[in-house]
Amino acid sequence: MIHNRPWLSFLTHSILILGILILVFPIYVTFVASTRSVDSILASPMPLWPGMELVKNYLAALAGPSKSVGVSVGQMMLNSLIMALGIALGKITISLMAAYAFVYFNFRFRNLFFWMIFVTLMLPVEVRILPTYEVVAKLGMLNTHVGLILPLIASATATFLFRQFFMTIPNELCEAARVDGAGPYRFFIDILVPMSRTSIAALFVILFIYGWNQYLWPLLITTDEGYYTMLIGIKRMLDVGEGQIEWNLVMASTILAIIPPVFVVVYMQNLFVKGLTETEK
Amino acid sequence: MSTASLEGIKKSFGDVQVLHGIDCKIQEGEFIVILGPSGCGKSTLLRLIAGLEKITVGTIKIDDREVNNLEPAERDIAMVFQTYALYPHMSIFNNMAYGLKIRKMSKEEIKKRVYNAAEILELTPLLKRKPKELSGGQRQRVAMGRCIVREPKLFLFDEPLSNLDAKLRVQMRLEIRKLHQRLNITSVYVTHDQVEAMTLADRLIVMDKGFTAQIGSPLDVYERPANTFVAGFIGSPAMNFMDAKLENNGRSIRISEKEYLELPGKGLPEHIDNKVRAGIRPEHFVICDAKEAQIKLKTDVVEKLGADTLVHGFTLENNIAMTVSLDGIQHFDADTILSFRIQPDKIHIFESESGKRLN
Repeated sequence: MIHNRPWLSFLTHSILILGILILVFPIYVTFVASTRSVDSILASPMPLWPGMELVKNYLAALAGPSKSVGVSVGQMMLNSLIMALGIALGKITISLMAAYAFVYFNFRFRNLFFWMIFVTLMLPVEVRILPTYEVVAKLGMLNTHVGLILPLIASATATFLFRQFFMTIPNELCEAARVDGAGPYRFFIDILVPMSRTSIAALFVILFIYGWNQYLWPLLITTDEGYYTMLIGIKRMLDVGEGQIEWNLVMASTILAIIPPVFVVVYMQNLFVKGLTETEK
Repeated sequence: MSTASLEGIKKSFGDVQVLHGIDCKIQEGEFIVILGPSGCGKSTLLRLIAGLEKITVGTIKIDDREVNNLEPAERDIAMVFQTYALYPHMSIFNNMAYGLKIRKMSKEEIKKRVYNAAEILELTPLLKRKPKELSGGQRQRVAMGRCIVREPKLFLFDEPLSNLDAKLRVQMRLEIRKLHQRLNITSVYVTHDQVEAMTLADRLIVMDKGFTAQIGSPLDVYERPANTFVAGFIGSPAMNFMDAKLENNGRSIRISEKEYLELPGKGLPEHIDNKVRAGIRPEHFVICDAKEAQIKLKTDVVEKLGADTLVHGFTLENNIAMTVSLDGIQHFDADTILSFRIQPDKIHIFESESGKRLN
């Protein structure tokens, strides 16, 4: 579809630019608000150019405990980071190993187990959140990082994805490794994992964002402000009842909350695209 | 240099028996080719020797040591796979070195061996590359290099050339032969390509439906096939068969009312009562005058291949399809009648029912 019609490229570009404006405008407003004082944000109409208090707002958000939350944004970002990384890496590790077992080992009820895992794909987190809470509470993991991460690291999707990838790897490769003297453990570490690295990267991006954006689960199990994640924190900053919402700090926190996922996506973009489109054989 | 022996090898997958008792002794430095049509069990046999499958009944020995229950890595074998099975994420050097690293060999020794093998196979400039940056023939050489560095007792090849194009196949065939002459490692090579088999083998194992149809040197198998299966399978185009009757006290065979062929020497007097099939290779027909003709053919299709000409036709008397191969380029129209003589010692006689060779 390569046409050279001026009005067509004008039209397509206009639509694209319009789309970008619609998407970017709210983020721009957030950014503007994060550089102003509360008073000037609340002025009507709200000014649409950046103010002078950028450094002050961000330092205040990162360092000092917010009035309404009682913990700094820095601490909340760290919590979110630990949770997102823990979930992403945990899910990848567990599903790699599960998929390895399903594809390369023959054991009783293999298919039954696989389908059991597969069926959980259809159940959203909310359905099993009560029993999960019960278990985590009984294990004494409320208000811990482990409690935030552990219940979310089983992943049917990732297991399925790796299983499908492993099944495309020719069996002769496994046999060649056996002839070379690699046992099951070495075959996994030396050959399967490096071969899956593009899939791992793609999954890492998706799962990191999934972990970063978790809201319901951290909301349930964290009562101690020291374990609040970004999303909970921002929500709390808005729940001040009668008081004045510190819009400048909320907006600064929002911008800060966007940065890590964007960084992960931009940094891993190449691998991400490769992982979803290429197969290396 | 090592010997190997297969003793009464049987293999079943569930209820299906695919190998029905294979016996063979492999001498030191010998190049054995296992040849057969698809599904005859030749690859299974190789995988049993490699240890990738478990033997149902029988014993495999390498250097008089029973290896039935050893893992492939413990059998001191190396194998070249049909799809090469190179590790895609490793450089060529690491591909060749991987097996040695697992054996915890010293770095210098690994380097020495890999460079040595790369030298033999002319891979030295490619050692830093990844497999996908190589051509098919180069990958094939890497796969062989991976085996050479191990200095194994037994070299196994599973149809290694079938993924290459025709020209490269001829070249690699020659390289494998040279490599074997140079290193003299006992080798077992599986193929369905009879040209590969004929050129590479010291001895051939021809397999049919899980049995060994014949074991012998390539020329032996070609000149004295043990049964109709081997006779029909070896040789291209395939041997012509016709039903015949022994007569004249076994000294000649009658193939139609007017046509008979003489057999060399005394013939086969002891089989005078048996129904037989006569086999004649396409290249053993000699064109002659109509007066001297032993067999007359009516041509159907003539294929001119350059080096020789294939004439497909039917015998004039009882309309049996025959293929004749003549030297050089020959021009015949369809429906021409051609006369042929056949040298008596080029006639193969088989028993009709069992297909066994009689002469």
